[in-house]
Amino acid sequence: MSDDIRQQVRVIVAEQAMIDAEQVSPDSTMEDLGLDSLGLVEIVFAIEEQFGVSVPYNANEPNSEAFDISTVKAVEDGVIKLVAEKV
Amino acid sequence: MRRVVVTGTGVVSALGIGYDAHVAELRAGRSGIGPIELIDTDGLTIPIAAEARGYVGTDHFTRNELSLRDRVTQMALTATREAVQRSGIDFTDALGMRTATIIGTSMGGQHTQDDNYRLIYRDNKPRVHPFTVPKLMANAPASWISMEHGLKGPAWSVSTACASSNHAIGQAYHLIRGGMADAAVTGGAEAGLTYGVLKAWEGLRVMSKDTCRPFSKTRTGMVQGEGAAILVLEEMEAALARGADIMGEVVGFGMTADANDIVQPSLDGAARAMRAALDDAGMTGGEVAYINAHGTATAANDKTECAAIREVFGAHADRLLVSSTKSMHGHCIGAAGALEMAATLSALKSGIVPPTANFEEADPDCDLDVVPNTAREADIPVALSNSFAFGGLNAVLVVRRVDA
Repeated sequence: MSDDIRQQVRVIVAEQAMIDAEQVSPDSTMEDLGLDSLGLVEIVFAIEEQFGVSVPYNANEPNSEAFDISTVKAVEDGVIKLVAEKV
Repeated sequence: MRRVVVTGTGVVSALGIGYDAHVAELRAGRSGIGPIELIDTDGLTIPIAAEARGYVGTDHFTRNELSLRDRVTQMALTATREAVQRSGIDFTDALGMRTATIIGTSMGGQHTQDDNYRLIYRDNKPRVHPFTVPKLMANAPASWISMEHGLKGPAWSVSTACASSNHAIGQAYHLIRGGMADAAVTGGAEAGLTYGVLKAWEGLRVMSKDTCRPFSKTRTGMVQGEGAAILVLEEMEAALARGADIMGEVVGFGMTADANDIVQPSLDGAARAMRAALDDAGMTGGEVAYINAHGTATAANDKTECAAIREVFGAHADRLLVSSTKSMHGHCIGAAGALEMAATLSALKSGIVPPTANFEEADPDCDLDVVPNTAREADIPVALSNSFAFGGLNAVLVVRRVDA
C-alpha cells in the first residue's frame, strides 16, 4: 500500500520535472529536480486530486512543518500520513 | 509642461464608505480583514477577506439600476460620486468633452459571471440573465462613469492585475500633462470576492488563513479585498483658477515589464519602474519621504520589493518610511493602486503616515522602517506608490505636496 503511494507520488513529481519516474530518487530535493514554486503548487494539486486529500501547503511558508517538502521522500511520507488519516 | 493635480478622491473599501472613513481607519491602524459574509463560504479553505461589509448596492441604486450594474460598477460609481463632489468640479458640456475616464479593474463583473455561469453549469438552466455581457465586461465601470457624469473625452479600462489602477492613474496623468485632456476621472475598482475567484486564488497557495502581515517575519501570505477608489485629476492652472482644494500633485509615472516570470516578482523590473517614475518627475530620490509599498505579504514580494527600494534609494532607504496599507484594506487587485493612492495623498496632506498593520516581528530580509502598527507623524513633501503585478507588469506613481 505505502509502496504504491510512494510510486504514485514519484510519477507525479517526475511528470512535473519532465523526467522518468525511475530518475526520481527519494533524496532528491525539489531544487535538484529543477522544480520552482509553481511546479510545487501543481504537484500539490495533483496529489490532492489523486489521493482525495487536502495538503496543508502554503507557498509563503515552504519550510513550514505542516507539510515537509524538503525531499521527495518527505513528500511521500507526508502523503502516506494524509492518506492514513483519511480512512 | 502642464502640471496635474488631484482635487477629489472617493473611496469604498473594507475600512468604510468614503475617503474620510478609509483614512481614519488607516491612521488608527485598524484592519478590515475578517470572515467573508458576502457569499456562502461553504467549501472555501480560506474564508477571510477585506470585504466592504457596509457596502450594499440597494443603498445607492434603484432596482432597475442594479439590474445593469455589477458590484464592481456600483462601487466605482459610488466612489466617483464622492470624488466629483469633493473636488467641486463642474463637468459642463465643454469640460466633459475634454475629460478622460480611465479605470483599472483586473477582472470586471465577477459576481455577474459567477452567478450566471452557476445557472448554466450547475443548475442546468438553459439561459443566463439577458444583461450578463454588459454587466461583466471589464469596461463597464468606465462606461457607466462616463455616462453618469457626461464625460465624453478619451475613455478606456486598464487590466494589468494588481497594477491596473496605477497604470490607469498614470495614463490619465500623462494625458492631461500632454494636452490630450484637461481633466480625468481615474482610479480602479475590483469586486472579486466570488466563490470562483476565491477558489482560483486558493489554488495558487499564496493566501493567508489568518491575516495580512506585510514585511513581518511571521507573514503567511496575501488576503483578498474588494473596493474602489476614484480620483479627479485636473490641469493645475484650471484647478487653481476655480479655487479647488488641492490634495497633491502627480509629478511622475514609471512603468516597466519584468519579462521574466508569470508570477514571481523581479528586483530589476521593480527597481527600473521606481527609477522611471523618479526620472519622469525629474527627481533623484532624495526628495522622497514615504513609499506606499506594494507589500502583499507574500514571501516573494516583500523581500524583493525591499531589496529593490534599497537598490534605487541607496543610503536614503534608511530614511524612508515604507508601509503597506494592504494589511488593512486587503489586496484589492485592480483597485489596489487607487486605494493606496488615497492613503498616500492623505499622508502628503496631513503629515500622518498610515502604518503597516498586523506587524509582529522584524524580518532581516525587509530591514526598512515599515512603520509597524502605529501611524507616524512626518513631513512628507514627496511620496511614491508602488504596484507590481502578476505577469511582471509594474507601475509606480510619484506625488508631491502642494502647499496652500
